[in-house]
Amino acid sequence: MKNTFNRFAIWSVLLLFAAFFLLPLYVMVATSLKDMAEVRDGNLLSLPGSLNFAAWHKAWSQACTGTDCGGLQPFFWNSTLMVVPAVLISTALGAVNGYVFSKWKFAYSELMFGMMLFGAFMPLQVVLLPMSQVLGWFNLADSIWGLVIVHVLVGLATTTLFFRNYYVSLPDELVRAAMLDGAGFWRIFWRIVLPLSTPILVVTLIWQFTQIWNDFLFGVVFSAGDAKPITVGLNNMANTSSSVKEYNVDMAAAMIAALPTLAIYVLAGKHFVRGLTAGAVKG
Amino acid sequence: MGALSIRNVRKSFGTVDILKGIDIEVEEGEFLILVGPSGCGKSTLLSMIAGLDVPTAGSIHIGDRDVTHELPKDRDIAMVFQSYALYPNMNVAQNISFALEMRKVPKAERAAAVQRVATMLQIEHLLDRKPGQLSGGQRQRVAMGRALARNPKLFLFDEPLSNLDAKLRVEMRAEIKLLHQRTRTTTVYVTHDQVEAMTLGDRIAVMRDGMVQQFGTPDDIYTRPATRFVAEFIGSPAMNMLPVDVASLGAEALTVQGTSIALSAEQQAALRRQPAAGLVIGLRPERVQLGDRGIAGRLTLLEPTGPDTYAFVDTPLGSLVSRVAGTVTQRVGDVVSLNWDARDLHLFDTATDARVG
Amino acid sequence: MPRLVLAPSFALAFVFIYGLIAWNGVLSFSASRILPNYEFVGWAQYATLFASERWGVALQNLAIFSSLFIGLGLGLGLLLAILLDQKIRVEGTLRTIYLYPMALSFIVTGTAWKWILNPGLGLEHLVQGWGWSSFTFDWLVNPDRAIYTVVIAGVWQSAGFVMALFLAGLRGIDDSIIKAAQIDGASLPRIYWRVIIPSLRPVFFSTLLVLAHISIKSFDLVMALTAGGPGFATDVPATFMYAMSFSRGQIGLGAASATVMLATVAAIVVPYLYSELRTRK
Repeated sequence: MKNTFNRFAIWSVLLLFAAFFLLPLYVMVATSLKDMAEVRDGNLLSLPGSLNFAAWHKAWSQACTGTDCGGLQPFFWNSTLMVVPAVLISTALGAVNGYVFSKWKFAYSELMFGMMLFGAFMPLQVVLLPMSQVLGWFNLADSIWGLVIVHVLVGLATTTLFFRNYYVSLPDELVRAAMLDGAGFWRIFWRIVLPLSTPILVVTLIWQFTQIWNDFLFGVVFSAGDAKPITVGLNNMANTSSSVKEYNVDMAAAMIAALPTLAIYVLAGKHFVRGLTAGAVKG
Repeated sequence: MGALSIRNVRKSFGTVDILKGIDIEVEEGEFLILVGPSGCGKSTLLSMIAGLDVPTAGSIHIGDRDVTHELPKDRDIAMVFQSYALYPNMNVAQNISFALEMRKVPKAERAAAVQRVATMLQIEHLLDRKPGQLSGGQRQRVAMGRALARNPKLFLFDEPLSNLDAKLRVEMRAEIKLLHQRTRTTTVYVTHDQVEAMTLGDRIAVMRDGMVQQFGTPDDIYTRPATRFVAEFIGSPAMNMLPVDVASLGAEALTVQGTSIALSAEQQAALRRQPAAGLVIGLRPERVQLGDRGIAGRLTLLEPTGPDTYAFVDTPLGSLVSRVAGTVTQRVGDVVSLNWDARDLHLFDTATDARVG
Repeated sequence: MPRLVLAPSFALAFVFIYGLIAWNGVLSFSASRILPNYEFVGWAQYATLFASERWGVALQNLAIFSSLFIGLGLGLGLLLAILLDQKIRVEGTLRTIYLYPMALSFIVTGTAWKWILNPGLGLEHLVQGWGWSSFTFDWLVNPDRAIYTVVIAGVWQSAGFVMALFLAGLRGIDDSIIKAAQIDGASLPRIYWRVIIPSLRPVFFSTLLVLAHISIKSFDLVMALTAGGPGFATDVPATFMYAMSFSRGQIGLGAASATVMLATVAAIVVPYLYSELRTRK
């Protein structure tokens, strides 16, 4: 008797919170499928009358973000152009760094690792001002490449941490055996270490993609005009104090911005979780 | 000039001395064992022979080349690691030929080498499998195959049998010995197991705390151990140790707990030459006869192993172990007599640990 | 060779992290306003900073937000983890549901919750429609309450992550310890309280660290949800710094606020990193 009551209590709590977490998603989708009349007449939870994608269409190509009224489309492509190189470069460099820090330790290498690691923890505000000066010098101040560089520099600390922690668990004897077999630094990396890196590669790529696509701070500080990423576009759209607030368009825009990372989460969620726990639990 | 010369090798990490001056000469084709308890420095020494570590002082020569500071890949040696260290992402054939690939050996020759080695070790049917699909014993063979394919001047083994179960260990031990008889490659083998040391080695270096306690053939080490440590380390069950009463030193007959112990003429002469301030008498269990004459004692424990029986007897001299062939008619609690030949006694100076006479 | 390979990355990281931090420090001791001006003014900017009412509000908000965000996040995450650990059949699905908010940008979260908590058409309207006509929920535009809306949105986004960490920690506990406790006669809640939760201490600390880190950085969420408003009632140090540096032409002041943020984070993180890298060789 007590056992069934316990199970019932556990299930109720779990389902209650499942509703808590799902509701905003439902509200976003539902609102984005209504027209403004439905929004005003109904309430948060009411179902849309029909699958009306007009708001989505407007969010994509017509909504106003400040003075431009071309929708989220240009920002979506900006984000894409920024994310791909940034993810690939930061992951590649992180892999090599992690390899060095775990298998080729030398005097002070732990200290160097610690110093690099601090970059993953520091508040980014502290590099904003100087970084914008530096980017200005190289004429990258308002370009996508400026954003790529910043994301690579900041991401380096995290990717190095991921790979280093993973490679530490590869047996040292593998590297020693390869050295005895006559392989050098790069050969060992290419032929032995990298082929064994698939799990952490997946985790790092997903993590970096999510972090960089979702970033707002760098987007809003280091870009202007044509180079703004989608998070900046979305925020501008939702916060424009123009005449009539079109909540359905705002929600559609939010969904568009969220779709890439949500899709990856749904498809490769397990690896995503492993990435989170690998990064945080191991310090 | 031997195949391998280790000359006064020392290794320190900060203030800690791991190796305190090692001198060993290995002949061509010889099977050298480095044996000792954990922490004695044997694996460190092996790393230095391999080139994975550099000595703080001293030198290492392979043939007539001084290789002390040379990289592992230039030393023409092959090593079998304790955990085998097989490359998980390559199959057995690729594992075996990897080193040849690194040396840019042509494909046909590599394939030939893999075939030769696989036939020798009877692993032809495993060539396409990955290490994860192999059993412990099979992985062991692949690791050896990888080393054999290189045809090196020197084989190094780092406790390769530790990860195997008892039965497999005995089988693989025999295989390693047979392989050595066939290939006659100079081998250095590290182990902490004294049975492996005795059965495999042409010569054994017993190490302790970074120094070689004794270097000799298995027979030397067993019948004439140079120190108390070597005497107790080699041989199972361990040698019986009887501390000599200090008061009896220098007198005609030595006593242990008041009971007189007869010595042979040579032993007495050795004691006169080198008087000791403290002595302990060693006696191998198989040299202790269980009979009807000698020192009387009470039988406290019997351990039948099949071929032998170990009998633990409480005597006025202390607790002694006797190793008897077959089974024993006496039972626990019975009074038994132990006797031995004086020439089977070993005398050790308690101050220096060294053998006396 | 390893050193050669590492050198460029390290040099870059070193310059990027420490060089720029130093530069920011220099700016904080300068008289910069719209443009950098390297006239040394000592602690003047910091004095202005701590005399500023807005900065005081920002610090206060940070304290309120952090304590609630971390406390509720840890509590909810731990609760969900323990419940999910009870051999639930649809554990995988529930885990996915609890965690997906982490995949979203804080901007998306902020925009969504801004709509949900909209005074006229959101939650308030919904509940009133259900019959409670006197229900009000205007926290979003209420200067005293607005900061709590940031807490709600923040906990919604991050509780799943805390749950994932604790669940991994719970799963990592050696089964035999729990079995020993059961044989010793302890009931399940007792076992949780006396055996399991105490052995989660390391997870607890690293989660605390990550949550603290997120809360100090919280810029995106505030910008999307309230833009620091109404007025600057929901300002936090991160938004203060942005406003001063990039819209109010007070670079020196902004740099000073950034340095203070750095000092706060360093005080927590540096000892933690030091102990981690020392013990874990």
